Amino acid sequence: MAGQSDQLVKPGSGRGLLDVYGDRFLLKLLVRKEIKVRYRGSVLGLLWSYVKPLVQFLIYFVALGIFLNLQRGTPNYAIYLFAGIVLVNFFTESLSNATRSIVDNRDLIRKIYLPRELFPVSTVWVSAAHFLPQLLVLIGACLVVGWTPSILQLAAVVLIFGMVAVLATGLGLMFGAVNVYFRDSENIVDMIVMVVTWASPVLYVWSMVERVMGPWFWVYQLNPMTVAVEVFHWAFWEPTLKADQLVADTMPPDLLTVWLPVAMLVTLAVLFLGQLTFRRLAIHFAQEL
Amino acid sequence: MTSHGNVAISCVGLRKQFVLRHTRSLKEALVWLVKGRKGDLSKKFLALKDVSLEVKQGETVALMGLNGSGKSTLLKLISGVLQPDGGTVRTRGRVAGLIEVGAGFHHDLSGRDNVYLNGAILGMTEKQIDNMFDSIVEFSEIGEFIDTEVKFYSSGMYLRLAFSIAVHTDPEVFLIDEILAVGDEPFQRKCIAKIKELADLGKTLFVVSHDLDLVATVCERGVLLEHGQVIMDGDVHDVVSELRRRSLTET
Repeated sequence: MAGQSDQLVKPGSGRGLLDVYGDRFLLKLLVRKEIKVRYRGSVLGLLWSYVKPLVQFLIYFVALGIFLNLQRGTPNYAIYLFAGIVLVNFFTESLSNATRSIVDNRDLIRKIYLPRELFPVSTVWVSAAHFLPQLLVLIGACLVVGWTPSILQLAAVVLIFGMVAVLATGLGLMFGAVNVYFRDSENIVDMIVMVVTWASPVLYVWSMVERVMGPWFWVYQLNPMTVAVEVFHWAFWEPTLKADQLVADTMPPDLLTVWLPVAMLVTLAVLFLGQLTFRRLAIHFAQEL
Repeated sequence: MTSHGNVAISCVGLRKQFVLRHTRSLKEALVWLVKGRKGDLSKKFLALKDVSLEVKQGETVALMGLNGSGKSTLLKLISGVLQPDGGTVRTRGRVAGLIEVGAGFHHDLSGRDNVYLNGAILGMTEKQIDNMFDSIVEFSEIGEFIDTEVKFYSSGMYLRLAFSIAVHTDPEVFLIDEILAVGDEPFQRKCIAKIKELADLGKTLFVVSHDLDLVATVCERGVLLEHGQVIMDGDVHDVVSELRRRSLTET
């Protein structure tokens, strides 16, 4: 930094996400602020982060597991369901909050120059803070039914968490920047959020999709969220199954060898595209807000 | 190498145009495109035309002009909030603004949390804030209320705390926009004394204010803007009297 202060520099020209890394302290404070403010004045406070997904889980379990009787075809359906729900919730919460983050922080953006990427990134961190307790509940439930994961499966959980966070950041940067110019962006994201739950095998099993799509199944697999949910099933649900419950089609073919790398590439491409869009549009944020 | 005499702010041929957009939805924009871009979707307004200005380190400059002359726009270009449509701005060292104090405040956080949050927003590190914290609280005269949520503050307390954080950020270049109307008279005097102290320390000050008597005491150099152009640049007293003359003839 010392060398920098001797130079004449153009104000307001940042290095995008790299600047966010340099501003970790501010990022930390922004995340802490959001978490503090989110449940202000509520009696249950942070408990709401548990209550909401729990109710959501119960509804799906009763309606799909019991009424539609999906639990007969899928052993440990409750685990299967919850593993997908927590991951999709993390993604949807990150994305919809990141999309609104620029407009919500307009007072600051109009007056002070900050690396604007801070706002979408901080919302993803806030969502992560809500995701982790849910993950603990999931792990607790898995342990109750006899979860014996391998090291590889535990590593996969961490990897998928990172991948979904990056994916949400990339999309959040893109839609958040567009939202400054066209508020339609929020509605598009609301739609994506609705679709994501059903476009990934959260409530049903992947083989049902393959039966219908046949040779076009790879299109379904291109969605990184689909792969993320499938890997989560592999890490949380599969190790809870007993030997006689495992069938040949428990997991989609080539999940770890082909689809996981593909999903990571797609995710990185989304992040790159998101950052590119964001940087181009960010120049005029202050006057458009 | 001594830094005195170096250029702190350099503006060359700055132009800034604002688009007053009427439409806010994708649908209207599409309809406009389909109709062959007929009619004007937006109105344009040139806030700055060809502004060139150089400020040396340690200089105290007052930017003056009537409403709508482009003062705040120029300040925002220097702080990096806005980007110019033409020309270049360059600055040396850390630039911090006392622009609209309290923009980064959150009403539901305590004064203490807000000091940290706002300090970080203005570019301070954690250690700097830790070191400055007591001094910030003392200067703001908030006292024991520092752990109360900011929403319960009176407007005077609010502004005092915000100003106090801002003057403690210790940048090389200070941008000040109409913030001297802070609090009651004793506090105002304290603020002005603090700003003069900064000037004596060799900080570069760039002040926008309508309070002509005040800027004349704080600053040495005056720059007069009119309709987005620099029309006078010289000793602050000459510029003040020129502006006074012009406002008289206009009314």
